[in-house]
Amino acid sequence: MKHKAEAVAAATHDHHHFFHRKSLKATTPVRAESEDKTLNLWFKCPKCHELTYVKEHLDNFKVCQKCRHHQRLSARERLAFMLDENTFVEINPGMAASDPLQFANEGEIYPDKIKQSQRKTGNQEALVTGYGTIEGQPIAIAVADFGFLGASMGSVFGEKLVRLIDLCLERRLPLVTISCSGGARMHEGLFSLMQMAKTTTALARLGKARIPHLSILTDPCYGGVTASYAVVADVILAEPGAMIGFAGPRVIEQTTRQKLPTGFQTAEFLMEHGMVDRVTPRRELRHEVATLARLLGRAAAPVTKDNRPVFTMTLPTKIAS
Amino acid sequence: MERLEELAEYARKARPHLRHKHDAHPEEHLPPVEQSAETQEVWAKVQLARHPQRPHALDYIKRLSPDFVELHGDRRFADDGAMIGGIGNFEGRSVVMLGQQKGRDTKENIARNFGMPSPEGYRKALRLMEQADKFRLPVLTFIDTPGAYPGLESEERSVANAIAENLMALAQLKAPVIAVVIGEGGSGGALAIGLADRMLMLENSIYSVASPEASASILWHDAAKAPDAAASMRITAQDLHGFGIIDEVIPEPEGGAHTDMLATIDAVKAVILRHLEEIEAQIGDGSEDALEMLLASRYEKYRKIGQWVE
Repeated sequence: MKHKAEAVAAATHDHHHFFHRKSLKATTPVRAESEDKTLNLWFKCPKCHELTYVKEHLDNFKVCQKCRHHQRLSARERLAFMLDENTFVEINPGMAASDPLQFANEGEIYPDKIKQSQRKTGNQEALVTGYGTIEGQPIAIAVADFGFLGASMGSVFGEKLVRLIDLCLERRLPLVTISCSGGARMHEGLFSLMQMAKTTTALARLGKARIPHLSILTDPCYGGVTASYAVVADVILAEPGAMIGFAGPRVIEQTTRQKLPTGFQTAEFLMEHGMVDRVTPRRELRHEVATLARLLGRAAAPVTKDNRPVFTMTLPTKIAS
Repeated sequence: MERLEELAEYARKARPHLRHKHDAHPEEHLPPVEQSAETQEVWAKVQLARHPQRPHALDYIKRLSPDFVELHGDRRFADDGAMIGGIGNFEGRSVVMLGQQKGRDTKENIARNFGMPSPEGYRKALRLMEQADKFRLPVLTFIDTPGAYPGLESEERSVANAIAENLMALAQLKAPVIAVVIGEGGSGGALAIGLADRMLMLENSIYSVASPEASASILWHDAAKAPDAAASMRITAQDLHGFGIIDEVIPEPEGGAHTDMLATIDAVKAVILRHLEEIEAQIGDGSEDALEMLLASRYEKYRKIGQWVE
């Protein structure tokens, strides 16, 4: 279980910001930090520059208390925030990218980029999958990690999601996907594009089995992910302020010379245009997802003909270490 | 009028292959000279795939089905000239045909938005897919697009959602689906009519996760490196057939499809017919069970695509 220990250790770091996380409200065991204590004390909001005491910032799920800016989370942080304590069981954690195109250009080699991202995030790939409970409600969950090559969707991303959908079908678990992505993984060429087809055909089976898919869009969510599995869901929630779209603003401005309005492609913009069901603040996500999974999941609830539960999910008492 | 000029400007700047012959500075988008033979070879294919005189979707459709009836509009918002669709007779059976349509000159291209569909184009395709499903009609699609239109309006009406809904519809469509990349297969905008039981490509067509220009811009922040991106990303029919993603490569006449349009179309027609008959034999009497089997094999086809280590 070496990978898991590494992954948990990695979850205790936040590489995007100057501080290292000291503790986390929800689940993950935290390593003692030896870095400069003064750096650990304050969080400075990148948007409004307000300083918050780190502990308070964490207690507030990394949402700025002044301007409500939702700071990006790593996959491990997200899982820690979303799931009931110590209920997450990861599946296929060791699956990693190969290099089908032998992608190399100007000394840039794809396997090297993968290794860098693995070191940086502690994950083998951009999607972390598994199952656990939210407010006691069993669910299967997939979380994308923007720190891993921009959470780009390649072969592993697609295959892990499809295997998770297999698990949902087998155990009749509602599926929760938490997406962010810069788009398709360029380095795997058409293999990446085909993951859109692969994940969507798998979701078609899930739908047919009347198992709900709840999709949560987080900042930023673009390209192939937004144009496939993440938007063919029974309910689509988005975090406040999250940037969500197909083409990025830079591409749109460059190709069409259009002036983009303020607030373009934000979660609120999408809701206004009828594309997401709800914009849900991070602190309410857990409850909302649990409620929706319960309400929709009745059809999926695993029971036999004489109305007995088909299986009881086995949960570890502690995250393996 | 402003939009017309805007698009003409766009045609000049972003789509050099569509450049009118007396436009100025034809060399500004030519690939740099110091490229490997392989890069040059791939880039030559890209030029052929984008050749304005190449047969376009409507050329195929009208020859495959002389009585083709084009159906317009998405019944929601608009009719998109970049996506065409309708029903017709193909060798004794009714079929639904869809395709992205490019133009041959700037004026035509503006009407067709350079073959870049907007959400309403995809939603037009969607309602025709639903019609195909309802009447159990085979669907033939002709892919030829640089990608979905990346504009403000596209995002407002969620082109991403439109593409995803099409993928979902194709995944569940209870009739044979055959897709042919006849020129440029660009990104999700191509795949939105490309999730199929058979994926075919013309010899000099390309199919890529993003256009070579966009790929170069994403990878190296330099769209001018498009030829390098094209070579690195293995976008040729031959490479993709080698990967097992594409089922068959259809040969073109010497010099490319534009040198003999009818021969090209007839070659495509013969290959489509062969695959269609194969799938029809598999479906047999068209019973629900047989159609479920068809969907299962479509699922398996995509389930297998991908490479990883564990």
